Amino acid sequence: MTTPLFSVEGVNVALPDPNHKSLLGTMPMVEILHDIDLEIEEGSVVGLVGESGSGKSTLGRTLVRLLEPAAGTIRFLDTDISHLDEQAMRPFRRDLQVIFQDPLSALNPRHTIASIIGRPLMLHGLAQNRRAARRLAQEALERVGLPTAFAARYPHELSGGQRQRVGIARAIATQPRFVLADEVVSGLDVSSQAQILTLLDQLKTDLKLTVVFISHDLSVVRRLCDRVVVLRRGEILENRPTAELFEAPAHAYTAELKAAIPLPEVDQGWLASQ
Amino acid sequence: MADIAQTAPQSGPAHRRRPLPLRLVLSGTWLLVVLICAVFAPFIAPHDPLAQDLLLERLPPFWMAGSEPGYYLGTDGLGRDVLSRIIYGARIALTVAFVAATAACVIGSALGLIAGYYRGFVDQIVSRIVDIWMSFPPVLFAILLVAVIGTGLHSVILAIIVIDWIRFCRVVRAETFVQVKLDYVDSARVAGFSRLTILIREVFPNTLPTIVALLSLEMGIAVIVEAILSFVNLSISTDDPTWGGMIAEGRTIIYFAWWVLVFPLIALFLTVLAFGQFGEGLKDRFDPVLQ
Amino acid sequence: MMADAFLDIADLSIVLRSDRAHRLLRSVDLHVNPGEVRGLVGESGAGKSMIGKTIFDILPRAVEAVEGAVTLGGTDLLALSSNARRREIAAAAALIPQDPLTALNPVRRIEGQITDRLTAILGFSKKAARDRALTLLEEVHINDPERVLRSYPHQLSGGMRQRVLIAAAFAAEPKLIVADEPTTALDVTVQKQILRLIAEMQAHHGTALLFVTHDLGVVAKICQNVTVLFGGKVVEDTDVKGLFAHPAHPYTAALINATPRYDRPDQSLLPVPADVIEATRAEIAKADAEWLSQRGQTLKAAS
Repeated sequence: MTTPLFSVEGVNVALPDPNHKSLLGTMPMVEILHDIDLEIEEGSVVGLVGESGSGKSTLGRTLVRLLEPAAGTIRFLDTDISHLDEQAMRPFRRDLQVIFQDPLSALNPRHTIASIIGRPLMLHGLAQNRRAARRLAQEALERVGLPTAFAARYPHELSGGQRQRVGIARAIATQPRFVLADEVVSGLDVSSQAQILTLLDQLKTDLKLTVVFISHDLSVVRRLCDRVVVLRRGEILENRPTAELFEAPAHAYTAELKAAIPLPEVDQGWLASQ
Repeated sequence: MADIAQTAPQSGPAHRRRPLPLRLVLSGTWLLVVLICAVFAPFIAPHDPLAQDLLLERLPPFWMAGSEPGYYLGTDGLGRDVLSRIIYGARIALTVAFVAATAACVIGSALGLIAGYYRGFVDQIVSRIVDIWMSFPPVLFAILLVAVIGTGLHSVILAIIVIDWIRFCRVVRAETFVQVKLDYVDSARVAGFSRLTILIREVFPNTLPTIVALLSLEMGIAVIVEAILSFVNLSISTDDPTWGGMIAEGRTIIYFAWWVLVFPLIALFLTVLAFGQFGEGLKDRFDPVLQ
Repeated sequence: MMADAFLDIADLSIVLRSDRAHRLLRSVDLHVNPGEVRGLVGESGAGKSMIGKTIFDILPRAVEAVEGAVTLGGTDLLALSSNARRREIAAAAALIPQDPLTALNPVRRIEGQITDRLTAILGFSKKAARDRALTLLEEVHINDPERVLRSYPHQLSGGMRQRVLIAAAFAAEPKLIVADEPTTALDVTVQKQILRLIAEMQAHHGTALLFVTHDLGVVAKICQNVTVLFGGKVVEDTDVKGLFAHPAHPYTAALINATPRYDRPDQSLLPVPADVIEATRAEIAKADAEWLSQRGQTLKAAS
């Protein structure tokens, strides 16, 4: 058996609690994730599902080390990255990319699209100069179905769906092995949503990406993911292949989540059902 | 699909070509006039601002009976030309405005950025200093300072810097807090940039509209502080024409020669107002998100 | 049917004041009968919120209704003075807003926020208003209504706040309630409870309900009839069964196919085809051109 891309063992994550600020401005830590074990196979698409407060985003951010676990280990291939500092993480950054939920907030309004996509490429030695970085940025834009002329634009000049495509272009431009997609379609209209998901689906196959897809929407996860991990209050309830999980949810909570989704078909009994 | 992706929203480059807002034009024009007066004062001023002529004392402005040709805004109690003194006064006002405000801006903004970005220990120290600073009444603080280090242009500038850096520090720190929470900062961390790079290249440009607006406002405030210090005779020597000094002199003879007080007051008022409006106008215009 | 409609929007066109040839709503017809639950569906920019704002007379200053009628319970709103219009609307209609956090004033207790309308508009005494508020909170299944009345918004959970807003909307027994994406910000399990509650309250009070949403799934579960908007124009007006069984407009069909569903992973989430969007836009452009050629002169004269 091959080594998984990620193996997470006994991870706890605690964050400062802004609701209980003390007089001196210090905030007590609240545990968001408890004792998480998870393996992510290379090339798989894993859905992290849960309601608000389940810790799904925290888990995703800990995987790419935007957060540091309080306990436990996170291994990326053979390296324990749980406590690496900024500098020690740098060689791994190229391989661990993130597509954020709100592309307007995730794209610096002061930089052009070319600079947003191109700068990291120079940092990682994928482009030797600005011109090369710009060319690679344009290639990435083409990959996500945007015209190369967008390289010269600023984020506020694009529509929501276009911005999210730029977010994807930035993530794939470094040719990463792993992409974290954090609620990438939840702010979009249904029609842009379908476009972005189709694009992601195609990219993961073309680029042999491993993807962790965070979503509150089980229907979206069903379409895209090989495995689904259901989280509630910082714990993993289920971690199973997608088809299996949807056919026979092992946990009552998963069944409840599924039943709460309003499918687009007329069903008189749905509202009354528990 | 590609077609939908390529349709740009209607905002965008077209917005940048919209005409300059009126307040930016008006305030900018006034500031330019003041700047030209300050730089070319010897060529513009009709008279020597220090030349006294007791035969010509308290001449009224040109439209009133008893005025002398060439003394457009009249003369003061020592027969000095009011217009020339206002023009020379602009030199001191603008020197103080630019030097003091810029220095306060650089110091305060740098500390604000660092405190807001690194949080923790650094923030605690900076914030406590700001808290202590804020509990001093600023004008009294300035008078005290000038009294200790002596009068003169340098002292006035130093006093303004020492007092007003916290204004920048507080606002920039708060703005940095807001910016740091946005995902573009995390995006830059994901890309692998160092903390310092992220602060300078990602966060700082986004605080610039706020800093620029505040800088312009601060220049106006510096002009006022200088005038106040001149008014209480703690600025530069009384002979040198300053707007504050002129107002102080004019106050004593307001019933005989109101123009000695009113004209420098108008210059002061318009300049301070223009600085404030100019800053706000710049902020509106160059904030990409507001567009 | 049209004669009985409680809310009757007919041929409503809204334009930008700065460019009166630019229509934001394009000859919209929308009727909600007493006791009917009608869905108003569209993507962002389709004009859903513009219709809501027209009903409550809170249109931004930059736009203007140039044509058409908005009739509420037989009264033509656009013909009234603005004060009379406001009174009429306050008595006849109420809103369930989208964001339960910002819709409640954080520095006031819940009690006042429910009873305001009762005391101010319907002339209830303070005591009677309070009793009514308690009854309403019980109706929305709040276990401890006394405590909730004394609470401030931040002391309640998101689902609880939404319940309070529903209670407040029904407080003055309006004939029409407009629910503006009331569940968009909520988790799915809470969304289901809130939808059930809205349906229950609607049936109990016999109110006409205009349910604004972008989610066809929600429409399928709670609405009887539905109006689909695209680019400020009504592209479909039908009953929900018909909508899903045989959508009349290609855009509606594409929108249904684009909606994700876990039971049919391969037949859902299909991007709306570009030619459908193009054709729909062309349709709108054509309608605009006709509208403009008929009214170009009068528009110019008015501006």
